[in-house]
Amino acid sequence: MFQKVLIANRGEIACRIATVLRARGVRSVAVYSEADAAAPHVRLADEAVCVGPAPVPQSYLNQDAILAAAQATGAEAIHPGYGLLSENAGFARRCAAAGIVFIGPSPEAIDAMGDKAVARATAAAAGVPVVPGSGGAISDDEAAALAEGIGYPVLVKAAAGGGGIGMQVVTKPEKLARSLQTCRDRGASSFGSDAVYLERYIESPRHIEVQILFDHHGHGVHLFERECTLQRRHQKVVEEAPSAFVQARPDLRDGLYASALALGRAIGYRGAGTVEFIVDPEGRHYFIEVNTRLQVEHPVTEAITGVDLIGWQLDIAAGAPLTLTQDALAIQGAAIECRVYAEDPAKSFLPRPGTIERFDAPTGPGVRVDAGVEAPCEVTPYYDPMLAKLVVAGADRPEAIARTRAALGAFVVEPLTTNLAFLATVMEHDDFQAGRYDTGWLERLAKGRL
Amino acid sequence: MEIKAHITGTVWKIEVGPGDEVEEGDVVMILESMKMEMPVEAEFEGTITEILVKEGEPVKEGQPVALMDEA
Repeated sequence: MFQKVLIANRGEIACRIATVLRARGVRSVAVYSEADAAAPHVRLADEAVCVGPAPVPQSYLNQDAILAAAQATGAEAIHPGYGLLSENAGFARRCAAAGIVFIGPSPEAIDAMGDKAVARATAAAAGVPVVPGSGGAISDDEAAALAEGIGYPVLVKAAAGGGGIGMQVVTKPEKLARSLQTCRDRGASSFGSDAVYLERYIESPRHIEVQILFDHHGHGVHLFERECTLQRRHQKVVEEAPSAFVQARPDLRDGLYASALALGRAIGYRGAGTVEFIVDPEGRHYFIEVNTRLQVEHPVTEAITGVDLIGWQLDIAAGAPLTLTQDALAIQGAAIECRVYAEDPAKSFLPRPGTIERFDAPTGPGVRVDAGVEAPCEVTPYYDPMLAKLVVAGADRPEAIARTRAALGAFVVEPLTTNLAFLATVMEHDDFQAGRYDTGWLERLAKGRL
Repeated sequence: MEIKAHITGTVWKIEVGPGDEVEEGDVVMILESMKMEMPVEAEFEGTITEILVKEGEPVKEGQPVALMDEA
């Protein structure tokens, strides 16, 4: 095991990693921006190095400063957390060149999964279902023939687009030509390319992901699925493990696990990773992408399996074999994570930086709070609005929901505006309790359309 | 008339300059807060007379960021 590890992150995940390191007797080095000098993650670590001014590109993404901090403190490894440098293959290569272990998969695996076209082709070659479609740029004639083959509605996307820009849902053949033109125009003006591709449009989808863990020797396991359908602006808000929808459909469940493991093997994955899928209302699953890092919502998996994912990341990075076996893993109960954000759900989830004077995290059976803030503290506009994660486990889903409701009622963050009351509304809603929702449900709830 | 920041953050991009005529809903500047970009829009038709902030500058919710004359 390592003697000293640098944590290249901030907020709750930096705090959590520091806590795991301390429990294992490994010394920790925090990095921080000038705006975070008094942040909890700085005090939790054994040492701390300032890596630059508040804006992320100048501090938490400042590779030179972070590598220099690792060398100056003698850290043997860097844990990137999630976001920031965690999926940056170039940074992983620079760590290797400097003789520092990057705690994550190989730069080749990060690169392969970071390129959407390569990831899709790799998945298809490994026998993993992908959304039926062109998989690459096509002509108008090819688009018409393909759409006929896979059936309407279809989705036309600007190949260079992103974040929903340059996307059109086409419901019937008569409308295809016009949508193709609109997408080509939009792509050309916004992204400098008029290339478009076409795929089946999945209506009322669910977002389901499978946790995988592989060691250096190619031994890997899956740790079941997480239900991440409740999102706003394509960002997750409430996650669960397991997914009641998946568990009620054994074919879907087994297919998801087999797909995730097949893909992990195909790319020679190492460490903790997540394979994301879209699932249609009929229970067919399609590969979306691989997150080659720890996920924000990993604690729900830890809650139902008893496996410490960060602990395994450290062990695997240090070269230890994965001693977990698939047969020994089982789902125990149910867990729900609520992300507590500094934002106003009534105003399109507008972020609300501000001051925390009171921060009372709930406690109780099955309740875990991973927080990156404390009272008093300043929540600055420079970083992500997530303040903390409330993770609650129960013997089954109804018990987890009941305990989450109680915990949300006891959670006090003042005077900052947060989504705590909105999260309680979600827990109390009949649709949520019955598991009836899709990826658009949360935004409809916030707009009072349910 | 003052145009105010509706959120605490930093000025990411200024889209207009003094003398520019704007319609209601036109984007005057884009603020960034907590990894989100949010436009500040003109609330009525008129002419921009002064920009009170610079790109990269931090602003507080309610702080005037530009001045304009109503048409």
